[in-house]
Amino acid sequence: MSYARVAALALAALLANGGSATAERLIASLTNHHVMITSNYTGVELVLFGSVERDAASAGRHAPYDIVATITGPREPLRTRRKQRVLGIWVNTAARTFVDPPSYLAVLTSHPLDAITSAENERRLQLGIANTPLPELINNDIGEVGNDPFRAALVRLMRERGLYSEQPNAVTFLTPTLFRAAISLPAQVPIGSYTVDVKLFADGNLIAHTDSAFEIVKVGFEQFVVNAAREHGLLYGLATALMALFTGWIASVAFRRD
Amino acid sequence: MQIFLPIADIPVNVFLVLAMGLAVGFISGMFGIGGGFLMTPLLIFIGVQPAVAVASVTTHVAASSFSGAIAYWRRNAIDVTLALTLLAGGIVGSAGGVALFTWLRAQDQLDLVIGLSYVTLLSIVGVLLVGESARAIIRARHGKPAELRRPGSHIWFHGLPLKLRFKRSKVYVSAIPVLVIGFIIGFIGAIMGIGGGFLLVPMLIYLVRVPTATVIGTSLVLTFLTMVAATVLHAATNHLVDAVLALILMVGGVIGAQFGAHAGQRIRGEWLRLLLGLLVLAVGLRFAVQLVLKPEDLYSIRAIGGSR
Repeated sequence: MSYARVAALALAALLANGGSATAERLIASLTNHHVMITSNYTGVELVLFGSVERDAASAGRHAPYDIVATITGPREPLRTRRKQRVLGIWVNTAARTFVDPPSYLAVLTSHPLDAITSAENERRLQLGIANTPLPELINNDIGEVGNDPFRAALVRLMRERGLYSEQPNAVTFLTPTLFRAAISLPAQVPIGSYTVDVKLFADGNLIAHTDSAFEIVKVGFEQFVVNAAREHGLLYGLATALMALFTGWIASVAFRRD
Repeated sequence: MQIFLPIADIPVNVFLVLAMGLAVGFISGMFGIGGGFLMTPLLIFIGVQPAVAVASVTTHVAASSFSGAIAYWRRNAIDVTLALTLLAGGIVGSAGGVALFTWLRAQDQLDLVIGLSYVTLLSIVGVLLVGESARAIIRARHGKPAELRRPGSHIWFHGLPLKLRFKRSKVYVSAIPVLVIGFIIGFIGAIMGIGGGFLLVPMLIYLVRVPTATVIGTSLVLTFLTMVAATVLHAATNHLVDAVLALILMVGGVIGAQFGAHAGQRIRGEWLRLLLGLLVLAVGLRFAVQLVLKPEDLYSIRAIGGSR
């Protein structure tokens, strides 16, 4: 364990001193940096692609590379509630507030995480959903709760909705140095900025990392409706009510029988 | 054809929502009710958050009741004074309902209260309707004349102060019970996303002695006015009204209502009430089962903060 740790620390120090000192350089990009939500939006797929650039020092390396790509959506406070039977009916009796959990979290890897690096590294580098911090609000204090059923429920429910996922083997190497991965975003993903963090591993050690980002925005009519509803609630309500009255009036004229 | 609903934040099939609008519209036209108590659960069932469903259905009911009210207006079957008095109570009730709605949402208890209100209200109304119509059917079988329910008898609260003459309905009663009824309808409507016509009509007939000639038209006027108020209040406070969803619903709803009204005229009144009673009971039962059965998942999550 200590060997991996020392190596990782040495590497981190090297990275901090400037990327030029590292042997490998990681380059990654996305097919699309702007996802537009229009009225026929039903989800979208982005492709992350990249390559590992080797120099003279690393040209002889034989160990295969591994990629861990973490896509994190906009953060938003969330409440997890638990039901309990009270007088025969099921009622929400307990709740926890999570301060800023990502609204979308996908961990795409070229192999299962445990096969890529050590558990120690996973924890330290916060790889995978289990190692992602999800701080809770506890009596006006913010902190991590170990072994928390509310946290487990949050992760499980987000997984069921397709918002959290761990996808081993989602990253494929086309050549020993060229890789691609498909990021599928279901229709219910929230709008906002997403970050894509890509880490390169070899022999269980982090040797390079890079990041990218994309944005999901509502455009056109969708954008207009959402803005109107949020910024000008009263006007929006009046307009909606007028629309209802107009529809009702049209119907009464169209179907008039006398 | 899928369409992305901007406020509900989910894609839905336009034809599915349109068909739901048509079906509920058909039922509402047939029985002369708004149909909110059917539409809200259906929307929740296809994945719309309860809060958005309730808020958007108020807009849908506003449209369908307005088209109904115009038809009654042409037949001069509306008591404007009565409708406006009910409305005065109704607007206060709507504001109170929207405020309670907002508070309950913050307490994580909104879904429970919506469920409980549906169970309580629908079982009571369902049982009353089924009982009353079954008795009427049995009487008709025995060849007895239908019971005439228009006694001039007074109930104690008719004598309260602030007496008003409702000319079109030919009743002279205190405004207080009328205001209270308006308040109750507005309050319940805002929380449950229903127009409350199926409550208001019996209340006006049995408690205020409004004749059947004006009761439905007047009830429709109150329904559309309170639903318009609820739409505006929901939009201004909770930002939950999905105009796109509401538009699809109301287009289906107003068309369905025309065919429903046609079908309704071919069925005898007491059978119609029996059918409605059974329908109301079935929806109530569905909510009761949901509350009593152990949920598949004891946990649920809800985004807090404004962005969603």
